[in-house]
Amino acid sequence: MAEDIIVNHDDWGLHRKGYLDQRRHKEKVEEVIKQQLGDLIVDESIILSDGKKSTKIPMRSLEEFRFKYDLNKKNHTGQGNKKMSPGDILGRELGKGKGSSGSGAGENPGEDIYEAEVTYEDLANILFAELKLPNLDDKKRPLIAHDRPEFNDVRKKGLMANVDKKRTLLESIKRQALQENKDKDKRLKITPEDLRFKTWETRPNFETNAVILAMMDTSGSMGQFEKYISRTFFFWMVRFLRLKYENVEIRFLAHHTEAKEVTEEEFFTRGESGGTRCSSVYKYALDLIESDYPPAHFNIYPVHFTDGDNIGSDNSRALTLMKNLVEVSRVVGYGEILRTHYSSTLMSTLKRITDPKLRLVTIRDRNEVYDALKTVFS
Amino acid sequence: MDTEMVRLTTIAQNIAQVARGMGLDFYPVNFEIVPAEALYTFGAYGMPVRFAHWSFGKAFYRMKTQYDLNLSRIYELVINTNPAYAFLLEGNHLTQNKLVIGHVYAHVDFFKNNHYFSHTPKDMVERMAAHAEKIRDYECLYGREKVESTLDAVLAIQEHVDFRSHIGPDYKTDKTPKHPLKNKKTGGENSCQGSNCQGQGCSTKRTCGSCGNCQQSKIPTREPNKAAGRKSRNSTPYEDLWEDLSDKEHGTQAKQDYEDLLYYLIEFSPGLEEWQRDIVSIVREESLYFFPQIETKIINEGWATFWHAKIMRELELTENEALEFSLMHSQVVQPSRMGLNPYYLGVKLWESLAKKKSLEELFELRETENDLSFIRNHLSKELVEELNLFNFRKVGAHWQVTEIDWEKVRDNLVQQLVNGGNPRIVVQEGDYEGKGGLYLKHCHEGVDLDIVYLEKTLSLVQSLWGKSAALETVVDGKPHIFEFSDGLVSRRQKVNSFS
Repeated sequence: MAEDIIVNHDDWGLHRKGYLDQRRHKEKVEEVIKQQLGDLIVDESIILSDGKKSTKIPMRSLEEFRFKYDLNKKNHTGQGNKKMSPGDILGRELGKGKGSSGSGAGENPGEDIYEAEVTYEDLANILFAELKLPNLDDKKRPLIAHDRPEFNDVRKKGLMANVDKKRTLLESIKRQALQENKDKDKRLKITPEDLRFKTWETRPNFETNAVILAMMDTSGSMGQFEKYISRTFFFWMVRFLRLKYENVEIRFLAHHTEAKEVTEEEFFTRGESGGTRCSSVYKYALDLIESDYPPAHFNIYPVHFTDGDNIGSDNSRALTLMKNLVEVSRVVGYGEILRTHYSSTLMSTLKRITDPKLRLVTIRDRNEVYDALKTVFS
Repeated sequence: MDTEMVRLTTIAQNIAQVARGMGLDFYPVNFEIVPAEALYTFGAYGMPVRFAHWSFGKAFYRMKTQYDLNLSRIYELVINTNPAYAFLLEGNHLTQNKLVIGHVYAHVDFFKNNHYFSHTPKDMVERMAAHAEKIRDYECLYGREKVESTLDAVLAIQEHVDFRSHIGPDYKTDKTPKHPLKNKKTGGENSCQGSNCQGQGCSTKRTCGSCGNCQQSKIPTREPNKAAGRKSRNSTPYEDLWEDLSDKEHGTQAKQDYEDLLYYLIEFSPGLEEWQRDIVSIVREESLYFFPQIETKIINEGWATFWHAKIMRELELTENEALEFSLMHSQVVQPSRMGLNPYYLGVKLWESLAKKKSLEELFELRETENDLSFIRNHLSKELVEELNLFNFRKVGAHWQVTEIDWEKVRDNLVQQLVNGGNPRIVVQEGDYEGKGGLYLKHCHEGVDLDIVYLEKTLSLVQSLWGKSAALETVVDGKPHIFEFSDGLVSRRQKVNSFS
């Protein structure tokens, strides 16, 4: 017999090495995403498409660089299922070779750049990790509380899904330690009496109250680019708020020379025409606050996006109303989308307000949306 | 041990007897049944225990995903050690395991007898576990980011090691330097005193500068002018390094190429800390261990496939088992659509040889050949035509068949296998333009390098060298020099001032 041949079957359940380094790789992927975040969040394929849940991002820095041959400039050897003759076209792109790794002969030309698939959720998580509602006063609470389950008790009876493994094991060990017959071979057994379950109580939970007033200029001067940028800003803002805060209300206000409240869908899809009178939407917002959101109970965050092309005669009125708005709000965001290099009159007018609660941003380029989000929500 | 293990042990021992009876000569084998996660981890790392690096995690994720999606499956993994370790996938059927066990014995026979493996350490599992521990310690001492970026850079050039360092006139008693650092420390410590420098005629700015550095950071210098001191210790295969560099200091322009980029960095890099040199030497040792496997992929897989079929025919199989075996065997040797399946090419070569040669002659070939010589010597006209092999390349936007002539196909395959499929990069000097820059040369053999990769890799080399790093290569028929310094790559055509 061949006694030098041994077969073993150990428990490899704790072998996690691959996963550890996989996690590090994932961290690096996220770093790359973070670096490109400014460009990614304005990517049409993410914002405008309905069905698409992920996008591919080239991961140049995560390729494993080598001194290697230019595959496009060299001769390869392949195998066909029939006789080939010179001049036959194999195709534009080659399918991935199978089982060909590690060997020069099996090299796979047409190898793509390394890409990682990034889902919308990944992107949102990375983006939102940096954002928050600034100056949130958590004393401003609603009168009605939400019920919220809280695991705070351990009992002997309960749902199997909520079994507390650690405590159950401890009970089992304790019980067997007390037992007289210390049978060495006997493995740890868990009896029904050992079981411990986590249970919960429902507690009233007072979430801090906040309301966002999303205000957008829909006048004729807002071109494709301006609309796209402001919608991108609001798109991420709305998702961020819904993901991170349970109790945040968002009201959508659109304006040209007059302001009105619109539904979320209209806000993101409709365009109008006409001149611009920013004071109209400030007035509307102030009225809304007065009727629905007493500042004593609500954290109020008005955010306004426009191209800044306001009717000159309206500027002083807008300034006065904005001062009032800043006073009742935790933070006010004012964003101007400018493709030219002159600064608008409304922006220079609003600059007279020195209160740090007013956050002014100018967006000239697509990838500045990210910075704008960080400026307003940090 | 449960009954199934007992049964599998008996089967494995029986097959070992059969295989040995047929002439295979292998080390003892420890089989270990492991779940997919473990097997794919070993596949990604090349070893049960290896240092941590994200690139392994990336490979693991890719392999594991392919397995989860049922796209590919590894049945076994064999480690070249004595005793050999072979990992079988949990859930293999019995017939699958019989085939795999035969396959494993042939691999171990190859590891034991093939000449190219004669210098690989047979205790590599333990060595690599020790390396992993060392690198973990460095992570604790110097921070994970620093260790990682060092590894990023070293792994990028891990192939540029002299795999034939044990051959040639310089090869003396000491084999490949296992721990170049260890035996150096003794000589290194006292070498950074000024008097020492003067005594040995240190004339270049570089040396004195480093001596200054060295006094601050207490890193022993490894300057070329310590040659005299080292010569007494003798015995590394790199004596020529010293000689040449001291020659140059005496004004001769003799240029010699150093094949071993990693060794050169360990010895001469002015920009590495002691622990970083150790990391370079760890990667170098592992690279030396893995290279024979890279250069014998086709012949070794072919050998194992050839033998598992032979062994299975010797075993008494039921009808069902025979069917299952045939199915699996045909999957293994399935030609891939465009690339070359090494199992298929390899087994075809062995089968064609078996028709002409005795078993004894086959055993001799498995001792002496690697992929390159195997193909060059034995890929015949008939085989190229039978397998429908052809050459192809990119013409415009299309991949087009260029040649089907058997000699051209054979020669192209051979060329792809030179140096394990990697471009040959040599060090030409360590004091480029008198500024201490590293000057590498790509020995152009007809195929240009990928420029994007070149520039990135050069920047990583520079990070290991500390000062500027340059690489000479040929782009579209013209000699070019790429240089990376101060965070930028510059590229210029080489002016031939001297040749």
